[in-house]
Amino acid sequence: MTNRTVLVLLDTPATALRSPALEILTLARSLGRVEAVVTESPSVQTLAQLGSHGVELVRQAELPSTLGESAHLSTTVAQVLAAAVRAADADAVLLTSNFVTKEIAARVAHDLDAGLVVDAATLVEGPDGRLVAGKRVLAGSWDTECEITTDVSVVTVRSNAVVPATVDQPVETTVEGFAVDVAAGAVTVVERTVEEIDDAGRPELAEAGSVVVGGRGTDGDFGPVEEFASSIGAAVGATRDVVFEGWFDQFVGQTGVTVTPRLYVGAGVSGAPHHRGGMQASQVVVAVNNDPECPLFEIADFAVVGDLADVLPQAAAAIRAHKES
Amino acid sequence: MRIVVPVKYVPDIQSDRAFEDCRLVRDPSEGTLNELDEHAVEAALSIIESLDDDARAASDVVVVTMAGPDADAAVRKTYQMGVDRGVRISDEGLEGSDYAGTARTLAAAVRRLGDETPVDLVITGMAALDGLGSVVPVYLAAELGLPQLTNASELDVDTAARTARVTRDLGHVHEVLEAPLPAVVSVSDHANQPRYPNFKLIMAARKKPVEEWSLADLDVAAETVGESGARTRTSRAEPRPPRPEAEIVVDKGEGGTALADFLIRNELV
Ligand SMILES: Cc1cc2nc3c(=O)[nH]c(=O)nc-3n(C[C@H](O)[C@H](O)[C@H](O)COP(=O)(O)OP(=O)(O)OC[C@H]3O[C@@H](n4cnc5c(N)ncnc54)[C@H](O)[C@@H]3O)c2cc1C
Ligand SMILES: Nc1ncnc2c1ncn2[C@@H]1O[C@H](COP(=O)(O)O)[C@@H](O)[C@H]1O
Repeated sequence: MTNRTVLVLLDTPATALRSPALEILTLARSLGRVEAVVTESPSVQTLAQLGSHGVELVRQAELPSTLGESAHLSTTVAQVLAAAVRAADADAVLLTSNFVTKEIAARVAHDLDAGLVVDAATLVEGPDGRLVAGKRVLAGSWDTECEITTDVSVVTVRSNAVVPATVDQPVETTVEGFAVDVAAGAVTVVERTVEEIDDAGRPELAEAGSVVVGGRGTDGDFGPVEEFASSIGAAVGATRDVVFEGWFDQFVGQTGVTVTPRLYVGAGVSGAPHHRGGMQASQVVVAVNNDPECPLFEIADFAVVGDLADVLPQAAAAIRAHKES
Repeated sequence: MRIVVPVKYVPDIQSDRAFEDCRLVRDPSEGTLNELDEHAVEAALSIIESLDDDARAASDVVVVTMAGPDADAAVRKTYQMGVDRGVRISDEGLEGSDYAGTARTLAAAVRRLGDETPVDLVITGMAALDGLGSVVPVYLAAELGLPQLTNASELDVDTAARTARVTRDLGHVHEVLEAPLPAVVSVSDHANQPRYPNFKLIMAARKKPVEEWSLADLDVAAETVGESGARTRTSRAEPRPPRPEAEIVVDKGEGGTALADFLIRNELV
């Protein structure tokens, strides 16, 4: 442990922290003293979670009320983070990794002249005290390490790379406000709607431990995919072709959601490079396809050559029977 | 109006991509225009095409790429789509640039093009398919001090009111953002369907020159770009060991049970 100060941006403090946030808190703790940064009041539940992750201080930005919806713009959040880095004299900023947080990270790195790594899977102190981030690139075929050579480091960390762990001795967490003078920029938020995450339902695609993807081979019928996903408690995703057909709403891949679960199951998915780029870092890959030559088999650990409409329901029934026994 | 489209030359995603000395190997026979940048080119061309004849005649789309000479192939591909002019920025001093250095250089090129004719829009792709950073557009907007409208799945430009409006759906958030021109926009692969090159343009593109600029042509401090300006350094690159061959079961009525057994046996359910 060094005397580094690591800031962690929390994206959903008003409800409860989700796994990706707990993962980066755990990673941050291995690098130094952790402080959290929020733009809205943390809930009681969030404060308890922070306490059990050893975070004593939450820096809550006080933004001019005139900002309105612009408070959510990446450029605004980046200014908040930059101000927090200065106030805390922080050495590193950690964020979860998605399209929005990557934008915030890039902006804050730009404004602080800091080195940036996005989608890191590991982050450790290198031999000369600098931070070194590890990531898997080129559709999961290469492992690279990247050294950040500036005094301040900004890193987004992909989900499921770290197992969240609490501290032995929970601490008392206090919230400290700090005023950030953000001027309204040239961008107007004309419309903004946030869809509530329903935790009673399926896990979130980007953070789930198991993911079942249905491809064009479903021919538009996601029934078998949904049934099988329910039997193993997995999130459901699709390929881009399926989303473009209007059969499902979220797709996995280089231009969609990146998933890195313990288990990925692709049914009726050919395994195109664009798709593989967003799932190849999954730990165990399973493919169900009626074409024995399908490219997804090349990266699979287990594969069934067969019709997904037969294979998935049978597997779901067997798993349910196993769980009940 | 003038629209600048930064495009990247990347190794073909279908090829065996690799690193050498911690740098991505850019084999000219396996290189291509970053597919996602075709959406940026399409967006730019269709905005110009929506103008009336006079305005259209006074408008152009200029692509800019920062890369070695092989990247002319990527610029030519954009010529085949109808781009008017292409600039390649090549300089030994740019080797080893990180995101910040890349954006700084591209910003200097945009400023230079703006000195000739004001630039109204900079449109980029949502990500380069080699590094998948999705961050150069953000740096570019910051460097140019222009509003950023990123990851647009829809882009509407009102040339009379001089505004750009984008729709973006990122995870659970749906947003419509608007900014005055000039602005930096990045478009996703949902924004449009890139056109196929047309035969006449393919023939013309063969002979159409690509302008070459070096660092000396740009207003950018040499020590802030390339290796000397980089704030990150790839210190290790190793291929992943090949995966062991898959266990393959042919379904003869028991395929689903076999799948369930595999998952249960490996404690995955
Ligand atoms: C710039 C760009 C970006 C892209 N980004 C993405 C991305 O992020 N994510 C993505 O997914 N794609 C992306 N794509 C598209 C990608 O290239 C592929 O076209 C797509 O992934 C194919 O989807 P698929 O596997 O569902 O369909 P197909 O390739 O048509 O495969 C369908 C498979 O289903 C099998 N099948 C058919 N019937 C059955 C059955 N009854 N039971 C079992 N198997 C069956 C077939 O054998 C086949 O293997 C991108 C493309 C481009 C150009
Ligand atoms: N070297 C480059 N030359 C020109 N444009 C680039 C370069 N690198 C990135 N871009 C642009 O920035 C976008 C996003 O790239 P990236 O942030 O690297 O994923 C690309 O789609 C291009 O439009």
